[in-house]
Amino acid sequence: MSLLDDAGAAPRRDGARSPYRRRRTGRIPVALLVPASLGLLFLILPLVGLLVRAPWTTLPQRLAEPGVLTALRLSLLTATLATLLCLVLGVPLAWLLARVEFPGRRVVRALVTVPLVLPPVVGGVALLLVFGRRGLLGSWLDSTFGVTLPFTTTGVVLAEAFVAMPFLIIAVEGALRGADTRYEEAAATLGSGRWTTFTHVTLPLVAPGIAAGAVLCWARALGEFGATITFAGNFPGRTQTMPLAVYLALETDLEAAIVLSLILLTVSVVILASLRDRWITSP
Amino acid sequence: MSVRRFRTTLAVLTGLAVVALSGCGGDDTAEPGSGNSSPGVSRTVTVFAAASLTESFTTIGKDFEAANPGVKVTFSFAGSSALATQINQGAPADVFASAAPTNMKVVTDAGNGDGTPTTFVKNQLVIAVPKGNPNGVTGLSDLTKPDAKVALCAEQVPCGAAAKKALDAARVKLTPVTLEQDVKAALSKVKLGEVDASLVYRTDAKAATADVDGIEFPESAGAINDYPIIVLKDAPNKTAAQAFIAYVLSDTGKSVLTAAGFQAP
Repeated sequence: MSLLDDAGAAPRRDGARSPYRRRRTGRIPVALLVPASLGLLFLILPLVGLLVRAPWTTLPQRLAEPGVLTALRLSLLTATLATLLCLVLGVPLAWLLARVEFPGRRVVRALVTVPLVLPPVVGGVALLLVFGRRGLLGSWLDSTFGVTLPFTTTGVVLAEAFVAMPFLIIAVEGALRGADTRYEEAAATLGSGRWTTFTHVTLPLVAPGIAAGAVLCWARALGEFGATITFAGNFPGRTQTMPLAVYLALETDLEAAIVLSLILLTVSVVILASLRDRWITSP
Repeated sequence: MSVRRFRTTLAVLTGLAVVALSGCGGDDTAEPGSGNSSPGVSRTVTVFAAASLTESFTTIGKDFEAANPGVKVTFSFAGSSALATQINQGAPADVFASAAPTNMKVVTDAGNGDGTPTTFVKNQLVIAVPKGNPNGVTGLSDLTKPDAKVALCAEQVPCGAAAKKALDAARVKLTPVTLEQDVKAALSKVKLGEVDASLVYRTDAKAATADVDGIEFPESAGAINDYPIIVLKDAPNKTAAQAFIAYVLSDTGKSVLTAAGFQAP
């Protein structure tokens, strides 16, 4: 929640206060404005570069190429599945971290955020060593159930979930810590069980935080590259997501890579913008 | 007062950042020649080389540095096509060694080569299997068995193009489980045991003899890769680039390359 709710930061005042506010905006120090603008420019300029260099004239037929749609469909599917997986596993974990005192909680919290800072390729290698055909769990899965995860769509979902789950957990944990526990206590005194309290009081209370986390998680999963190509490999229609398609297109055809990047950028921005307005704005 | 001080601090910090940044940018190009030894062959030579040249070029680079005091060779090893794209986008490289003429052509067609490329070695494909060949692979047809997991290189990169050529020539149709972005990635999937086999260059299999066996197959003769090398037009250090290529083509360079499993052109 705290990651996204900057919109609510400006306090809403009555009319009498407005001169005061105007004076404050008039005194933005140049020393802050200049680096702030440079920062904004630095973040936006590369995206502008994509738009400028895009082959607009051949765009329609390039978009219609079957490989593009296959990769996009797979990306949307796997990012959504990964987000669902993260919700199922991540919300309870966030609740645990926020509400339960247990020894080693700090360590667990630190471990949970490791994938945030870990190079995704390292994550992919780690996944291979655990879930690969010769991996710790993977060899058992293979011998017992005949299931192998690398080179499958499931493998893509796992890779994306591994990298994206911390985003969800951090957002949800923040929301839980910010939520007023008196509602839960009230529910408990009124005879509601722990599970009912969680589903009927806690979850609705932090729903915006969960939505925010899910959106971030989804967007991160959509952009995942390193762990996916390392763990799940690259095969059109099965494991080749959009970022992988971009990378491979770059091998031969810069314009194709630009087109694919453009699609990914558009999808991400549209989803982030629309969801943000809908669920994440502070009251 | 305190605002003013804050502002000054910020200005100083910004200034420092700018200096630091420009300092970084200047380092590669304006490295002091420090006036030692032969004026041309010094400083840093940046070599962009196909991933399959990693081991042999690393050795050659060390030898070249030893033979030319004051020279430092830095390598960027990656898929030839990625390197070609980077060069055409203005990456500051001196030498380009490609694993296929097609990727070299991408660079020369864009006018970024200096002169004509020289073919310095040839490379052939082998079937890489885990050490000891547990599945008893003897030829391409073994890879088409339904339970065989095979990794190939993507067609966009030279090892993938060569694999396709060899498979087409053999009229073998196989469905790989993954199309890797370069030959090293395809090989590492064999090393990890995640796939049963992969088509890689003989040199890569040879460099990994601790983990994999390379199995020759006759159809690979139809898909031999020529490796061209060239000095780049915008090379920051052209003299050293030429010296490096001469060294690759010399007997010393050749012996390193053939020891790695490359064939003479």
